[in-house]
Amino acid sequence: MTTIGEQIDTTPAVTSLRRKDLLGIADLSPEEIALVLDTAVAMKEVGSRPIKKVPALRGKTVVNLFFEPSTRTRTSFEIAEKRLSADTLSVAIGTSSVVKGETLADTALNLEAMSPDMIVLRHSSSGACHLLSRICKSAIVNAGDGTNEHPTQALLDAFTMWRHLAPSNGGSLDGRRVVIVGDVLHSRVARSNALLLQTLGAEVTLVAPPTLLPYGVDTWGVTTSYDLDAVLPKADVVMMLRVQRERMNAAFFPTVREYSRRYGMDGRRMATLQDHTIVMHPGPMIRGMEITADVADSERSVIVEQVTNGVAVRMAVLYLLLGGSEPAIGGDDA
Amino acid sequence: MPVVMDADRIGRSLARIAHEILERNKGVDDLALIGVRSRGVPLAKRLARQIKEITGDEVPTGSLDITLYRDDLMRHAVGPQPVVRRTEIPFSIDGRKILLVDDVLYTGRTTRAALDALIDFGRPKAIQLIVLVDRGHRELPIKADYVGKNLPTAVHESVQVRLQEIDDRDEVVLEQGGA
Repeated sequence: MTTIGEQIDTTPAVTSLRRKDLLGIADLSPEEIALVLDTAVAMKEVGSRPIKKVPALRGKTVVNLFFEPSTRTRTSFEIAEKRLSADTLSVAIGTSSVVKGETLADTALNLEAMSPDMIVLRHSSSGACHLLSRICKSAIVNAGDGTNEHPTQALLDAFTMWRHLAPSNGGSLDGRRVVIVGDVLHSRVARSNALLLQTLGAEVTLVAPPTLLPYGVDTWGVTTSYDLDAVLPKADVVMMLRVQRERMNAAFFPTVREYSRRYGMDGRRMATLQDHTIVMHPGPMIRGMEITADVADSERSVIVEQVTNGVAVRMAVLYLLLGGSEPAIGGDDA
Repeated sequence: MPVVMDADRIGRSLARIAHEILERNKGVDDLALIGVRSRGVPLAKRLARQIKEITGDEVPTGSLDITLYRDDLMRHAVGPQPVVRRTEIPFSIDGRKILLVDDVLYTGRTTRAALDALIDFGRPKAIQLIVLVDRGHRELPIKADYVGKNLPTAVHESVQVRLQEIDDRDEVVLEQGGA
């Protein structure tokens, strides 16, 4: 399957994303995914320099339009944009004209009238990015749309897994077992990860109470289970999801205590994992609910590293969507 | 498709440049070799080996990718996109004499980008430029300090450097028609 990070001196299968927008993992080819992850390796090095800034996107304007609360993703996009020298602004919806009743399409068209090059959108409605993609000339990046997709989160998760697991596995995630646990029903992260990880050759198992598995999950090509203890000993990666109470309009499980006991990651369950297995969480964590503090702060936890890698992966996406040009410097002949 | 340098010729040129480096810098103190990706990197490593054979001293080497510093990155919306590759400089460049190594010197724009990139890593004492082939047609005020071969060319010609480490053979070829 797709091998990442081997393309230092060879030309990759594709050298650009053949698209204007990044709306979801579902649209990306395996070669495009490999290109993003490879480019992220180079971008991660930029973040380790004394001067963490390169002039690649000088003169480009990026608008971060977030209709839902977000600390990690919005900050991560902003830092990625600044490290590439783009001009950025973040629109806080609480103080914008949206509260006066403006529609998403009108907000986008008004922003577009000021000629940004890219709009990064987070919205509570699935498909909001697809709407903007149709009506805007700017590049649209999906930073999470409803319960549909969160492609940059899946890319940074895959990048993190690849750095930990691929070196001992021939440079790929082929055959690695990834267990995703929790509120799959409301999780765009689970959806994007399931799509991406299968493209990279990993085997994905979703573990959740029956009420929190989405309708049609049998068409995703993943294994599902209701029994966390049974799948943990074989896992290479355990990814815990947050229970998204803000999206819950019915009783999906009896009590928080019962949920934690059956589907939470604690020290006892962690002891059943293989030595190399890593524990991930896309954040924000609810300590004591889906994950206990001793797991979150353990050596297996790569939760903080996921955040670091998020900046590198988003820099790669920004560069690949905005950085295209006709080279006046010949590659080998300059 | 005339071969203008074969493996022997490339080897002799690098050996001569290694001696010139030592003569000009009076030894290897504070020196470091940084190759510009892709083909400057193996050239930098070969020069480090040559210097080690002559004096027994190790000169640190690094590699620099200049893609994010290109002056043509944002000029047009269409066209092939340059691939970003890894930069690896595992030492501080502050106060060092940096020997920047590239395969071909042409317009000087790659060197301009490399100088900007290097300055972001620190403040070297000096930067000297080493190229295997200088083919002329400069568009910027840049000059190499060490040249393997001066090769007069026409603009429509293209110079291809092939190296064992990347292309499985050593040669420099002058091709007709733009690359």
